[in-house]
Amino acid sequence: MFEAYILPILVISITGLVAAVVLVVASKVMAVKVDEKFETVRACLPGVNCGACGFAGCDEYAHKVAEGAAKTNMCVPGGDKTSREISEALGVEFEDVVEQAAFVRCSGDCNSTDYIMDYQGKQTCEACNTFYQGRKACSHACLGFGDCVVACKYDAIHIVDGVAVVDREKCTGCGMCAKQCPNHLIMVADATKAFYVGCSSTDKGAFTRKICQNGCIGCKKCERTCQHGAITVNDNLASINTALCVNCGECKEACPTGAIRNAFEKPECKAK
Amino acid sequence: MKEFLIILMSAILVDNFVLSKFMGICPFLGVSKKLDSALGMSTAVIFVMVLATAATWPISAFLLAPNDLSYLNTVAFILIIAALVQLVEIIMKKYLPALHKSLGVYLPLITTNCAVLGVTLLNIEEQYNFAQSIVHAFGAGLGFMLAMVLFSGVRSRLEGSNIPESFKGMPITLIAASIVSISFMGFSGIVENLFR
Repeated sequence: MFEAYILPILVISITGLVAAVVLVVASKVMAVKVDEKFETVRACLPGVNCGACGFAGCDEYAHKVAEGAAKTNMCVPGGDKTSREISEALGVEFEDVVEQAAFVRCSGDCNSTDYIMDYQGKQTCEACNTFYQGRKACSHACLGFGDCVVACKYDAIHIVDGVAVVDREKCTGCGMCAKQCPNHLIMVADATKAFYVGCSSTDKGAFTRKICQNGCIGCKKCERTCQHGAITVNDNLASINTALCVNCGECKEACPTGAIRNAFEKPECKAK
Repeated sequence: MKEFLIILMSAILVDNFVLSKFMGICPFLGVSKKLDSALGMSTAVIFVMVLATAATWPISAFLLAPNDLSYLNTVAFILIIAALVQLVEIIMKKYLPALHKSLGVYLPLITTNCAVLGVTLLNIEEQYNFAQSIVHAFGAGLGFMLAMVLFSGVRSRLEGSNIPESFKGMPITLIAASIVSISFMGFSGIVENLFR
């Protein structure tokens, strides 16, 4: 009776009990202290791990804030609201967040440029870009397979007429899309500035003109027009210094191809 | 020495846990999408397999076998392995945070992995002594790693290829797994002759 029934039951129960006791003791003795500050800061953050703050994710940023090694206004997607919450929780002074947004530096939609191949491979920008620098005539163009759309956690970027277009109402400026673009077309910049150069082609002006109606041809009209010295043309491509830009919009008026765009307006469709 | 080599090689190639014995299929299919996660998972499996063998062999040899309770092996081993993995996780979190960060995700997954339980039970079934059991566990872990690394390569090729709609996802993965498994049949009988 004892050998057959009670001993096995005893052996298993005692093994289980010993294991349980050891685990309980171990978890008490070797408990790793989690910083309370970290918990409160982490609770305020949106938790999308976008990396816009410059750290490897919300957890690491929360650690740095809790240690006092980082400012409270680094979370771009959270904006002022998050910054205020963290500042209140930690009792430090609140600082404004510089609002950021994504800008797509390509306007070569299907009305203005041509496809040079009928690409049948894997339907991602990254894969397509490995074949002869993509399916569009311009090697700097938006490939239009929406790697950025997949990356966006806020549903703020979409492919319209073969080009990525940012929905400024939803965009938080986290920069997740910018990391995905194989042509590095997406830039994250000051959200209050309306005007940006919707092209990243460094090809010669005549060539750009031939393959895309909306491309920057490097004519330097905008550089001469801008009274604030915010625009420079390098390598046949204009760039706007957002620190100097005052949103006057004169460059957009001057641009002969429409490469300079207003981010708050819907892109106008030019007939071919 | 020769005997250890035979055990090691046969555990890696001939009796590969995943591809010949079909144990641990769950992580084999689940975590083999990327090479680095496959490597992380396999490292954790090797670690736990050796540790679990070191813990279960004495229990079986000195507690269960003398009392004629060998039929309790399975139940007792599940208990011990689960507790052991939890304990290791707690200890690692405290003293080896870097290792915990890299293995941490995979450790709880291994708690109930049948490959780990399988290796401990096979050690008893084959009547290996303690040293042989450790070598066998290590070989089984290495074999698991080999299968994972091979298969992650196969899967990354599958990702980029044009698969018929109805085969996309798990079906083609299972077919690929069976073909890799067939290729391991070629190793049968190799080990006995290798060290003759």
